[in-house]
Amino acid sequence: MSVENVHEIVSRIYEDVSSQSLERGDVLINTLHAIQDHYGNFIPIEAAEALKEVTGTPLSRIYEVLTFYTMFATHKRGKHVIRVCKSLPCHVTGGQAVIDSLKYRLEIDFGETTEDGLFTLEETSCLGLCGVSPVMMINDEAYGNLTPERVSEIIDEIVSREGSESL
Amino acid sequence: MAKIKSLEELMKIKENAMKGLKMRDSGKRGKVIVAMGTCGIAAGAKDTLRAIVDSLDEKGVDDVSVVQSGCFGLCDVEPTIEVHLEGAEPIIYGHVTPAQAKRIVEQHIVGGKVVGDLIVKRGEL
Amino acid sequence: MPVVENTVLICAGGACISAGEKSVKSVFEETLKKYSLDGVVRVVETGCMGACDLGPILVIYPEGVFYQKITAESAARIVEEHILKGRVVEELLYKGDSGEMKEKPQEELPFFTEQVKIATRNLGVIDPLSIDEYIARDGYFALHKVLFEIGPDDVVEILKKSELKGRGGAGFPTWMKWDLTKKAKGETKYIICNADEGDPGAFMDRAVLEGDPHTIVEAMTIAARVVGAQKGFVYVRAEYPLAIERLTHAMKTAREYGFLGESILGTDFSFDLEIRIGAGAFVCGEETALINSIEGRRGIPRVKPPFPASKGLWEKPTLLNNVETYANIPPIIINGGEWFSQYGVEGSRGTKVFALAGNVKNTGLVEVPMGITLRKLIYEIGGGVPGGKKLKAIQTGGPSGGCIPLELIDTPITYDNMKKLGTIIGSGGMIVMDEDSCMVDVAKYFLEFTVEESCGQCTPCRDGTRRMLEILEKITEGEGSMNDLQLLKDLGENIMATSLCGLGQTAPQPVISTMRYFWDEYEAHVNQGKCPAKKCKTLMRVVIDKEKCVGCTACARVCPVDAISGSVRKPHEIDPEICTRCGSCLAVCRFGAISKVSP
Repeated sequence: MSVENVHEIVSRIYEDVSSQSLERGDVLINTLHAIQDHYGNFIPIEAAEALKEVTGTPLSRIYEVLTFYTMFATHKRGKHVIRVCKSLPCHVTGGQAVIDSLKYRLEIDFGETTEDGLFTLEETSCLGLCGVSPVMMINDEAYGNLTPERVSEIIDEIVSREGSESL
Repeated sequence: MAKIKSLEELMKIKENAMKGLKMRDSGKRGKVIVAMGTCGIAAGAKDTLRAIVDSLDEKGVDDVSVVQSGCFGLCDVEPTIEVHLEGAEPIIYGHVTPAQAKRIVEQHIVGGKVVGDLIVKRGEL
Repeated sequence: MPVVENTVLICAGGACISAGEKSVKSVFEETLKKYSLDGVVRVVETGCMGACDLGPILVIYPEGVFYQKITAESAARIVEEHILKGRVVEELLYKGDSGEMKEKPQEELPFFTEQVKIATRNLGVIDPLSIDEYIARDGYFALHKVLFEIGPDDVVEILKKSELKGRGGAGFPTWMKWDLTKKAKGETKYIICNADEGDPGAFMDRAVLEGDPHTIVEAMTIAARVVGAQKGFVYVRAEYPLAIERLTHAMKTAREYGFLGESILGTDFSFDLEIRIGAGAFVCGEETALINSIEGRRGIPRVKPPFPASKGLWEKPTLLNNVETYANIPPIIINGGEWFSQYGVEGSRGTKVFALAGNVKNTGLVEVPMGITLRKLIYEIGGGVPGGKKLKAIQTGGPSGGCIPLELIDTPITYDNMKKLGTIIGSGGMIVMDEDSCMVDVAKYFLEFTVEESCGQCTPCRDGTRRMLEILEKITEGEGSMNDLQLLKDLGENIMATSLCGLGQTAPQPVISTMRYFWDEYEAHVNQGKCPAKKCKTLMRVVIDKEKCVGCTACARVCPVDAISGSVRKPHEIDPEICTRCGSCLAVCRFGAISKVSP
């Protein structure tokens, strides 16, 4: 991607987010979320550098924030980011089997992406859905009352939806 | 919407809205409330909502509205729905899959008979 | 009638008998015998179940699946498909178009009758996107009262009488926080709502934000009026996209109606709100880390004092309260302080929303007066532990709290009592654990969480918790020693005394607490290399008893990693190298052929 293009996009996003804010400065995290949504699940280095130009914030500070928060990624991730909860309530209600089935079915470990670029598997802390544990989120969708069978169904459904969309 | 400035205006909205909540003067004889918190959605409430709307459509029922609310706490039996029909006490159903939703529309909303095995609570929350 | 595992109830009411129940029963029994299941599955005839035109009817337990209009042929099929292979026969399921099934005696559940809904008063009742419905339930009347009838000092008095304490976990008197921020010097002040609910097992804030967002808008506007603030921020964790959506909508409509923004309700008081999103960091639930995060920095806690009330967001006086605390404000203003403090007990007045999760039947949210016993909460309201298992412990207060063992569940839940037991109420999350949980494993689980979420700023927390985790890992692998147990205690004390913020200061709590009540489990791990609960992977195996296995293949089908091999009707076997000890196979075997053993 061309440097000017990235600069333009980031500039626009930053203006957009700032204008909706009460305090113009320090909208860094909201801006990073918007940038990540735009580029699809990750923030390219070029965008971080463009942000430095646009806001005047030192690159070190932008990196500090980017690398601290677990929901920001600096490398490309799959189209569907699966975040499976591994906190205690999910653990005692069968979460282990769900995690095992995800790793087995997708043939990847935590932090990895499937070869076709469809899925990235990540572990996450409590998602606040303990009433329907075990749970996982795929991008912004939540799935609860999971079992290895249900996991299979959900993955199958996404794969077939992707397949028919690309036709 | 003109901004509210006085207690009287606030009271007026309250009265009108209460009627809506209790379905008086609304032209509808009932409503179905689907609990759509994230936990409900994670348990399949979106599909349940769609099934209810489709089923009501299929049966030609147009005097019962379908609305959403937040989770009311009994996450264990979600998806949950509450059926309010005029003149009857509200009934909360649990474990309402799309198939069961269809059953509730047919048996309760159209047929007027409560579906015993899915009841979680009778009466106001 | 107490229902036992593997029971088939066949309705033998008059109608079903005339529809051929007897022949169904005999075919059923014959088929069971054919597959040698007659000793394992009980067949019981019952009285009329009520769905007379759909008979013969039968119910298979433990699942509680109803089948209708059964014939001799379908009876045999049910044995072969459902009982033998665990596959429900969809077409034969009870659909009940005309007959009304006997109601389960559930409507007067203590789950509903024991609750006093104040913070959760509107959940499930109103459409969260309708400001009119919020107003119908007295919404924004409290704001009106504060702007036109009473003053900031009166509000503080009302809160004082209510004895409301912060519901986010710290339990600090709310009136005092508001008063301190009100009295702080400075023209510019801020209001913040902490919606970064990260405690495992807590989800009440999410429910309020998604189901009743206007209560937060109203409460924060009232707070702004009382302390003298102009701008407010709701810091919501990014894992709650629906909450963000609904709150945004609520703020928009509140502005349209004149309850937020310029000249609120026609007065010269102006206040506006903005949402700031988190990005996956539990530590941002700590108030100063949250402030840093809003300022666009790493969510690293600051040293306190100074407290946010005097120096907070951008160094200005800031009022920071939790979602549940705010949700209580409007009704308290309308009904008065004494109305709230009539509930609860001395030192712990009012109601609290508890989140029941884990091995408990009725998982969900309940709002009850403080002072209720744990026994009532878990057994009566929560419905007890499912699967016929015994309760082992209840974890309260998330990663900052400890465990309460079965022997102590008659303790009334109050701030003081929880402290005496070595735990805290915290945000109100109650994680119930049954006899299959290993308490050393649980402690290790919490420490994994803390190590992951530690911000890394101070050595005791960053390095200390990591060392504690390493020791716990050793212990759960059977490599620990008594020395290690002493080291855990020492490290724990040190970390608690020297960490910079609440996360570190309370991180060792689950370890200390489990050691206090389950010392024998720790000892068994280090002295005998045994895990009494048979949970720790290295110290147990899952095996199939070839004598009991009938080869139904149910276990092989649920194994998430294909570790079970065997052909139909032949005994199966688990490969211990592949097996992850998840326990799924155990849960489905109807013949008691699978068990956990110490190696």
